[in-house]
Amino acid sequence: MATVKEVTEETFQGEVLESEVPVLVDFWAEWCGPCRMVAPVVEQIAAESAGRLVVAKLDVDRSPAIAQRYNVQGIPFIGLFENGKLTRHAVGAMPKNQLEQQLGLA
Amino acid sequence: MAEVQDVIIVGGGPAGLTAAIYAGRANLSPTVFEGFAAGGQLVLTTDVENYPGFPEGIQGPELMQMFRSQAERFGATVIVEDVTRVDLSERPFRVWVDQEEHRGNSVIISTGAAARWLGLPSEQRLRGFGVSTCATCDGFFFKDRAMVVVGGGDSAMEEALFLSRMASHVTIVHRRNELRASAIMADRALANEKIDVRWNAVVEEVLGDEVVTGVRVRDVVTGELEDIPSAAVFVAIGHDPITGLFRGQVELDDAGYVVTDGTRTSVEGVFASGDVQDTVYRQAVTAAGSGCMAAMDAERWLEDQAANRASADRALAAQKDG
Repeated sequence: MATVKEVTEETFQGEVLESEVPVLVDFWAEWCGPCRMVAPVVEQIAAESAGRLVVAKLDVDRSPAIAQRYNVQGIPFIGLFENGKLTRHAVGAMPKNQLEQQLGLA
Repeated sequence: MAEVQDVIIVGGGPAGLTAAIYAGRANLSPTVFEGFAAGGQLVLTTDVENYPGFPEGIQGPELMQMFRSQAERFGATVIVEDVTRVDLSERPFRVWVDQEEHRGNSVIISTGAAARWLGLPSEQRLRGFGVSTCATCDGFFFKDRAMVVVGGGDSAMEEALFLSRMASHVTIVHRRNELRASAIMADRALANEKIDVRWNAVVEEVLGDEVVTGVRVRDVVTGELEDIPSAAVFVAIGHDPITGLFRGQVELDDAGYVVTDGTRTSVEGVFASGDVQDTVYRQAVTAAGSGCMAAMDAERWLEDQAANRASADRALAAQKDG
């Protein structure tokens, strides 16, 4: 079963930017309630899209430089990376269908 | 087709989970649809200081986990998914999660409320880039910079106080000349040297192209405009009930709250509890209290239904015998 892969400043380049398939990255933090709300939704997307999409999470506390690079100023921030570029994003906790719609996955 | 359950509870905050505890203890084996916002607004709160029984305070998510465990202990089934559609026009009532249908003899609506936005295009455009409703989530990104909090209630004070620990300065923008917050929260905020209040002012626009650079406020008394430089705007102007699912099925008031008499709604067998029907108090403890009431009302109503059916059966049997 596909799971949500943890990425950091060290692995971001290889795991996200150089990925062959699109990567969904959930920018989160321990102290963020809405991040906890949306985490099961992200896990569900990971389970349903195994093979087509890599789903990862990035702790903004541990990897602030990455969050800064993409101007992330609100979490949960869920970004879709395709061919090394951030192409779509959604901010805030929301139900699965709404999230998929905002990310163009529906 | 799914078995008909006695009680279906929509919403997994303090109201829904308390209803589940009581319904569970009444052997009604309730099913709770928590939805993606599992735990409700308390999950977004760090320190809960006013829930009785926790003199030192408790973390919101931890409190909700305790509610959930307690409900499960008494036989409640807690489902994480969101209800996507309901049909309350006939009994048994029907509740869907996408294509999956659930049927219930009674329904308790406890979907709560969600943070209200200002409703400005500039606010929506900059959401996540300085505009937020969650200081504990996003304050971190604006360390040592000036921030604005919009609102005059307890949640605005809480946000401002939290942000004062990391901001260079916090300006509360409030549309009246006095705060609506409780005395203890208002005093704490007003005594904080990093916090000041821009009274009688409403936000006209959030400024900034890619990230927030400030807010433009209008003085409601003089009509004057003023720009307040700020790296972030935290909106804390209250909450709206989450009743989209039930529109056209149970009576709602003009603001969207479920209209209740006690916990009874306009549809017999459908009850409502918590913030979704509370236009006055909206506290975790009052939500829990009304969840208890809804479960007891539902239990009593189900008993009456069963008694009515039994006496109708007896009457029918007597007729046959006679």
